[in-house]
Amino acid sequence: MAAPAETTLSSSASDAVASVEMPRAARRDGTIAWVSRITFLVVALAIPLLFKNFVVFQFTQMLVYAIAILGLNLLTGFNGQFSLGHSAFYALGAYTAAIMMDQYSVSYIWTLPAAGVICFVAGFLFGLPALRLEGIYLALATFSLAIATPQILKLSPLEHWTGGVQGIVIIKPDPPPGVPLNQDQWLYYFTLAVGLLLYILARNLVKSRSGRALMAIRDNPIAARSMGVNLALYKSLAFGTSALYTGIAGALGAIIIQFVAPDSFTLVLSIAFLVGLVVGGVGWLPGAIFGGAFVLFVPNIAEGVSKGLSGAVYGIILILLIYLMPTGAAGFVRAVLSRLKS
Amino acid sequence: MELLGQQILAGIATGAIYACMALAVVMIYQAIDHLNFAQGEMAMFSTFIAYQLMLWGLPYWVAFPITLIVSFIGGVLIDRVVFKPIHDAPILSHVVVFIALLAILNSTAGFIWDFTVKSFPSPFGSAPLFGSSLISAHQAGMIGVTLLLLVLLFVFFRYTRIGLSMRAAAANPASARLVGVRVGWMNALGWGMAAAIGAIAGILIAPVVFLEPNMMISILLYGFAGAVLGGLTSPAGAVLGGFLVGIVENLAGTFIPVIGGELKLPIALMLIVAVLVFKPSGLMGRTVVQRV
Repeated sequence: MAAPAETTLSSSASDAVASVEMPRAARRDGTIAWVSRITFLVVALAIPLLFKNFVVFQFTQMLVYAIAILGLNLLTGFNGQFSLGHSAFYALGAYTAAIMMDQYSVSYIWTLPAAGVICFVAGFLFGLPALRLEGIYLALATFSLAIATPQILKLSPLEHWTGGVQGIVIIKPDPPPGVPLNQDQWLYYFTLAVGLLLYILARNLVKSRSGRALMAIRDNPIAARSMGVNLALYKSLAFGTSALYTGIAGALGAIIIQFVAPDSFTLVLSIAFLVGLVVGGVGWLPGAIFGGAFVLFVPNIAEGVSKGLSGAVYGIILILLIYLMPTGAAGFVRAVLSRLKS
Repeated sequence: MELLGQQILAGIATGAIYACMALAVVMIYQAIDHLNFAQGEMAMFSTFIAYQLMLWGLPYWVAFPITLIVSFIGGVLIDRVVFKPIHDAPILSHVVVFIALLAILNSTAGFIWDFTVKSFPSPFGSAPLFGSSLISAHQAGMIGVTLLLLVLLFVFFRYTRIGLSMRAAAANPASARLVGVRVGWMNALGWGMAAAIGAIAGILIAPVVFLEPNMMISILLYGFAGAVLGGLTSPAGAVLGGFLVGIVENLAGTFIPVIGGELKLPIALMLIVAVLVFKPSGLMGRTVVQRV
């Protein structure tokens, strides 16, 4: 029975009706997934050709946020650990990139793996003691990390590297010779490529043996341990991987904004990631892009509605969103899909 | 040695602010089992209400109880209107709603009363206490009020029927409902009480840090820290934790060279994290045992 089912998988939907065996719903799910993936790619590739430079820059920024939210989702959505300190890893990545480019004139491309590795190590080391903390206490520990970050970056002994309060200005990279794009368009495609690569890696990680271990820890740590999952190792690894993603996002953010300063990496940034995560849907990887869009555009929309009350408008939008879609974009998409199926 | 004593005293004085806030944090944690990130903004808003009432010419001791009542009703309304419909949503959604509330209250206060710094009167006067410049009469009064509140809360939770019901509703909603506790209203009551205690905290803190929409943000951090340090399940622990945070902050600023001055807040927080690593339930909290 396996052979016909396999051949119809690749053929079109109309003649698939003939073999009504099993994977009909699964097949339709697969089709929907592929259609949405291809639509996303086409739209994403077309954006720089359709919009002005500033809008392209904004979309690049959105992708950067999406990568950071993807990292947070790996930690919170799949491992059940809570973090308010991801602005610290974002800052670490951003400063790594900026210092490498400014002081050692390293090419921007090589700053990304460096930022990733440094943030992975930092996240792993932070994860080790944080292991003993759960829920609200972990939130407080990461919270203090977020509070400390801007102040550590301003410390006078580090000023030679970090530029103190002034921060570091870096030069916007040119596209490689022979590529007919301007700087903003090139950076957009570069960020998109990095983002897609990271997304595929995250997806594979989640579907792997390690991914199942992470989810087992989230769902029931005691049961996971008795099944032989090394809790300490996996939780620290989750923290490290999540920090790696956020650090790469930070490096990309520094490159596209061409500037890093301590006060861009406050608790507000961590909270923005968290809001983006919930809006996109906890535990649903594609949600990151919705989260990124929300984080970037909704404050502007709120400001457009009312200058003086922009915070209030933002808050009301947020509350309405939670009312209408308590599980974020993920729940919304799932609801639409189940409508389509029935 | 004298310097140490003076710094500890000064730490206790600032700690009183944090203790007050920590108490409000623990109150709401008892009622709803979450940390309320909008607690500081709620307190700030209540303080502005008191400010407005006094601007309209009401004397301090009339404005004070009116503010408490208004805050209580406001807290109950927030629970009934905002949180009841999303009762079953995941915890993270609640956190996002807290953040939304924070943004709404902060922005509305800024819109109505603008962001300029305003002075706020103290019922105790600001003269130094016993001629010492380290602790003022207001700060001493604040410590007194915090301790009094603590005693009242202790009596309320320990010896009254409704206090017991509130604890039951927070600890085990399902069983509490089965024995006839109206869990929903207990939550609302908890919100109302937390808002009222927050109002007291805000009114006491405002003469020290001055009144403006962003006055509570850093204080709330210390309040959280104090509450977690002392144990989120114990009001007395929260007050103790608040005082300890104030003392640690002051000592770190004075005695650790270079870094101490610049990193006062992070050092205090890191010390607390260190405490938590060794005693995760806080100094006076109960350890919650998880059943498999």
